[in-house]
Amino acid sequence: MTMFARSTSARAPAGTPRMTFSRRTILKASAAAGGGLLLHATLPVVARAAASGLVSPADVTLNAFVRIAPDGIVTIMAKNPEIGQGVKTMLPMVIAEELDADWKDVRIEQADLDAAKYGRQFAGGSTATPLNWDPLRRVGAAGRAMLVAAAAEAWGVAPAECSTASGVVLHPPSGRKLGYGALAGKAAMMRVPDLKTLRLKTPKEFKIVGRPIPGVDSPLIVAGKPLFGIDVAVPGMLYAVFEKCPVFGGKVVSANTDAIKALPGVRHAFVVKGGSDLRGLLDGVAIVAESWWAASKAREKLKISWDEGPTAAESSAGFARDAARLGKGSPAQSLRRDGDVTAAYAQAARVLEAAYSYPFIPHIPLEPQNCTAHFREGKVEIWAPTQDPGSGAALVASTLGMAQGDVTVHMTRVGGGFGRRLRNDYMVEAAWIAKAAGAPVKLLWTRQDDMQHDFYRPAGFHFLKGALDGRGKLVALSDHFVTFGHGDTVADSATMSPGEFPAGLVDNLDYGMSLLPLGVPTGPLRAPRSNALAFVFQSFLDELAHAAGKDPLEFHLALLGEGRVLPSSPGARAPQRDLDTERMRGVLELVAEKSGWAKRQALPKGTGLGIASYFSHLGYFAEVVQATVAPSGAVKADKVWIAGDVGSQIINPSNAENQVQGAALDGIGAALGQAITIDRGRAVEANFDTVFPLRINQAPPVEVHFRISDHSPTGLGEPALPPVVPALCNAVFAATGKRIRKLPIDPAELKSA
Amino acid sequence: MPYTILVNGTKRSVDVDGDMPLLWVLRDVLELKGSKFGCGVGLCGACTVHLGGEAVRSCSIPISSVGAAAVTTIEGIAATPVGAKVQAAWLDVDVMQCGYCQAGQIMSAAALLTKTARPTDGDIDQAMAGNICRCCTYSRIRAAIKKAAGLRTADAGVR
Repeated sequence: MTMFARSTSARAPAGTPRMTFSRRTILKASAAAGGGLLLHATLPVVARAAASGLVSPADVTLNAFVRIAPDGIVTIMAKNPEIGQGVKTMLPMVIAEELDADWKDVRIEQADLDAAKYGRQFAGGSTATPLNWDPLRRVGAAGRAMLVAAAAEAWGVAPAECSTASGVVLHPPSGRKLGYGALAGKAAMMRVPDLKTLRLKTPKEFKIVGRPIPGVDSPLIVAGKPLFGIDVAVPGMLYAVFEKCPVFGGKVVSANTDAIKALPGVRHAFVVKGGSDLRGLLDGVAIVAESWWAASKAREKLKISWDEGPTAAESSAGFARDAARLGKGSPAQSLRRDGDVTAAYAQAARVLEAAYSYPFIPHIPLEPQNCTAHFREGKVEIWAPTQDPGSGAALVASTLGMAQGDVTVHMTRVGGGFGRRLRNDYMVEAAWIAKAAGAPVKLLWTRQDDMQHDFYRPAGFHFLKGALDGRGKLVALSDHFVTFGHGDTVADSATMSPGEFPAGLVDNLDYGMSLLPLGVPTGPLRAPRSNALAFVFQSFLDELAHAAGKDPLEFHLALLGEGRVLPSSPGARAPQRDLDTERMRGVLELVAEKSGWAKRQALPKGTGLGIASYFSHLGYFAEVVQATVAPSGAVKADKVWIAGDVGSQIINPSNAENQVQGAALDGIGAALGQAITIDRGRAVEANFDTVFPLRINQAPPVEVHFRISDHSPTGLGEPALPPVVPALCNAVFAATGKRIRKLPIDPAELKSA
Repeated sequence: MPYTILVNGTKRSVDVDGDMPLLWVLRDVLELKGSKFGCGVGLCGACTVHLGGEAVRSCSIPISSVGAAAVTTIEGIAATPVGAKVQAAWLDVDVMQCGYCQAGQIMSAAALLTKTARPTDGDIDQAMAGNICRCCTYSRIRAAIKKAAGLRTADAGVR
């Protein structure tokens, strides 16, 4: 169930810092990711699309995103990869809305990679909404204006006398009307309107945006039609497996490829010599066969001698030991210093210290990594489930020594991303193997390959200290963050912003960092950094609230103080800047009301409520979890309540609710059962018998409420995830009095019988 | 070795090794790509099909053991009254995120409803716990099963 609460507290005069915040953020973001390019790219091309051979001769291309057929069918291009976040439906909804098309006449096509036409095409950072909301509205509105101009010219009337409704241009004074299909050819010849001064609809005029629109591919999915990368079939295609060193970055010394070549169905077996960049092509042995099963069976006979390299000395146990040692000392580098923590600790009524840690975790999208490639005459054609086709094409081009223009990437539907497919290692492997094999090749990894060759959410260790004054107010906070990196370079997704909450809200604050060397690849996992830092800080703040004898909600609200925007600190990363304390207060108060927070003491023994909030990816989320801990120590999340503020418009309420529910359950799954253990430089866990995504019998109902505020809409793939982890852990504390300071949650530590 | 199996009501002959899993026969020999590969060892349920009416993990069933039992895949489930209802409910509730697991989920749900027309939440947990949805669309999967069964859906996800 989704509910919308229109906030009454969001009314503020124009020009207040809050208003400035939203516009500035969005414009900056648009410029950074090629928003301007996008607008240029939409200048209509008067071209018979038949020339491309893709559509019927009579279809008219109105602009890069819109084609209209004589029967009025409007085809809208979906520019970004669809990984389950719903953009293949949502972004075309935005265009169709301003075009004033009838949704039943809209067809959607997945675009290929073509940055000149579509701007930057990727799925990451919950950015599709903030980057595309305004530009794609203008794409649709420009199309509508040209259709109106065409009709006005045909009738010899002023465009201002015309209106549109669901795919028809109307001239109310004379009662005349013409469908978009009849007008499209003429419309394409019309002058392109000034995109900046186009009139956009008011939200009250929306007919598509704001309606729950089902996913456009759903009828094909339920019928089992081929849509995903793994389903691609090319005539003459062979199948490949690729075995890399179990130790990250290890090199092939020798392999029994001659013996493998003699096995049934095997066409090729060869050593691939890769580089040292773990994101690129690495050393390994490829087996190319007539079926994937034949290649897999041959792989069982593969004997490879590896030079494991220096990473073989690394282990999770070693990292924990080294972190504990470093945590006793001073941070190697300072991230932020406010006030004087030393003096504050000396004067404090109460000082708390705690060490928190979290493990490496894998992405485990359910569709294992795969890619199909066909190398011909110096060019390569690629079909890939990728979140970032552009960087993949660049990687393929540089590795194979080709011009990027000779790499064509078709984006398939993606069976889960979670950040894993922002890396394109499988793409460059497929391209390399296909070139060597001289035939189209589908490379498919096993689940073991996927789990043991991931770019993991980095582990981390936090040594925290906090101080309360006599009234229970937080007066000082320090964190010595022991993370990973080399020299001054922090490992991918292992950083912490100097603005990390609650920086700026505590007078005396000291954040510092020390780095451990790491040979294990890391990368962004859904809500990178935030998915771990929310656990640490929101759990420790809960500890401090209890130590202060305060209701954690009241403690949070007191910490936020008056409504204002905290300026982003230098070095703050995009998802974590310009915190608006009033929006945070709004979602905290809403979730408290919906969850019955005030009545939490009435819950039975062994059951408790926990609350947490977090701002990431421009979205504000506060969440309450009810958890029950059995005498065995087993933790069950009974229910989740979520309040989110992602701005003025929920574009597709059905998908929005789905994303938020999924993000929360994903976080609970990770907290309960996911860790990658590094031993001798390799990942120990290999399948779903040791890493546990949440299952239906563990999944609580998730009630989602949106607080509608006066800010441009932002994304929903990620920001609901971070706060659910501390909310769950805080609920476990409320249920048992035991504090979770290490993930994943270990039932043995919670056992009471 | 030649094998003849009954897939979605049609006899199909294939010439493959006896240990080739049914999943790969379906996907790469018979070009039925709807059943998905997720883990290869029966832990995720993405490859679920019906074998003689039972929901099974086709990644772990060698072709040599299929015999004369009828194989029904996601491509054929619409031909059964329960399967068609489940598919319709899935669309009605707008279950999907990435959609990769949903063929397996639908097959498990259709098997459940064929045996238990009015499942309890416990029945749903038991029948569906073998199917991972990495996107965690579980609220809607539960709601869609109840909808297909004609039960009231108090749970989240249904409008």
